[in-house]
Amino acid sequence: MTSPIELDELDCDFKESVQESTPEANLDLCLTCGACTGGCPASELLDMDPRKLLRMVLLGMDDEVRKTPWAWVCTMCARCFKACPMKINIPKLVYSIRKSWPRDKAPKGIRGSCDQHIRTGNAMGVPSKDFIWVVEDVAEEIRENDPKFKDLQVTVDRKEAHFVINQNSREPVTEPDELGPLWKILHTVGADWTYPSVMWAGENYCLFLADEEGWKYILEEFVYHIDNNLGATVVVNTE
Amino acid sequence: MQKFNIPHNFEFTSIITLYAQWIKEGKLKVNSDWNRDLKIKFTLQDPCNIVRKTWGEKMADDLRFVIKTVVGEKNFVDMIPCGTNNFCCGGGGGALQAGLPEQRRAYGKVKFDQIMKTGANYVFAPCHNCHGQMEDIGEFYGGNYHVVHIWTIMCLAMGMLGENERSYLGPDLAEFGL
Ligand code: SF4
Ligand code: SF4
Repeated sequence: MTSPIELDELDCDFKESVQESTPEANLDLCLTCGACTGGCPASELLDMDPRKLLRMVLLGMDDEVRKTPWAWVCTMCARCFKACPMKINIPKLVYSIRKSWPRDKAPKGIRGSCDQHIRTGNAMGVPSKDFIWVVEDVAEEIRENDPKFKDLQVTVDRKEAHFVINQNSREPVTEPDELGPLWKILHTVGADWTYPSVMWAGENYCLFLADEEGWKYILEEFVYHIDNNLGATVVVNTE
Repeated sequence: MQKFNIPHNFEFTSIITLYAQWIKEGKLKVNSDWNRDLKIKFTLQDPCNIVRKTWGEKMADDLRFVIKTVVGEKNFVDMIPCGTNNFCCGGGGGALQAGLPEQRRAYGKVKFDQIMKTGANYVFAPCHNCHGQMEDIGEFYGGNYHVVHIWTIMCLAMGMLGENERSYLGPDLAEFGL
């Protein structure tokens, strides 16, 4: 005969650790209504869904929870969170699961991008001087080829520019011609802008890896550069 | 920054918000005349990061305002659902680099079906993850749509898109305005 689950005797270490770090995650309030699962494109993949995952957390199935690769299939898109009548923060829960993974077991692609970003300021690992070279080269080409833009100015680290622009590193690195259209628009409106040479890329893989130390380091370096070296008023992300 | 309580002296914004503001102020003179007769249909992916997770309805509105200005109200077809309720493309949260392509594509099937139902030839992707994912699922499931950046179509509309800046355009627009 099967015996009933004694709720008082459950060991829910993982749940407690999440509750401690994010009290607003409200894990205990789940009604099992399924609104989260019904609207989640990751439901049923790897035989998992958000309601089930939460149930496993609440039942103290910590080993299974900590190990499920589904934590990397869920995109932390927060659609479930928006739909949840009890405001249970499933993406935060998934983030906590990612954080509990040993760093060397986390997906290589995400880890590599986070490492590159810490080291070089962008997920593709391109040195700042190469970034600056590409930017100047593409700008020169536009000035030469298009008389409408013979005065196009593109700068890196220009002090006191009003806007500092963060751009996804894929553009300068793998498709530099995609830089032009944005610059032409900025030129047309007469925007006073520059790129930063430090932590210049817009992406954030350390957040996806739940590597808070790395993520914080990137932000601190960026903020220091903007506030102390450049003095811009507004930081603009292009996505 | 909020998360780590890092003090800073600047504010944050998105290029989309600036496009909307510049159009309203008359600094960015762009319109949809180029598409009046062509009637090319466009749809839009609402990136979770800037829409649902950061700026909400305001960003959803700014995106639509900018896009409708550039392609024409009648040539814009929203996905269902859309805005803050749109589905994630399936490439977010690092999924494109998570080494689980089979699951990522199964997730993306939802997005693919949404795109196909709009009947649009072009999808705006104001996010690199979305861009990469929608191109991949388009190829994988046999879609016939093209994924574009807003700046590409904006420059096209203003007659300033260079020959080498067209790699994401389909044959119908590859030479347009050259
Ligand atoms: S929507 Fe919220 S309350 Fe309903 S099952 Fe999901 S987590 Fe539980
Ligand atoms: S955050 Fe994760 S669980 Fe929630 S809807 Fe998005 S993919 Fe599904």
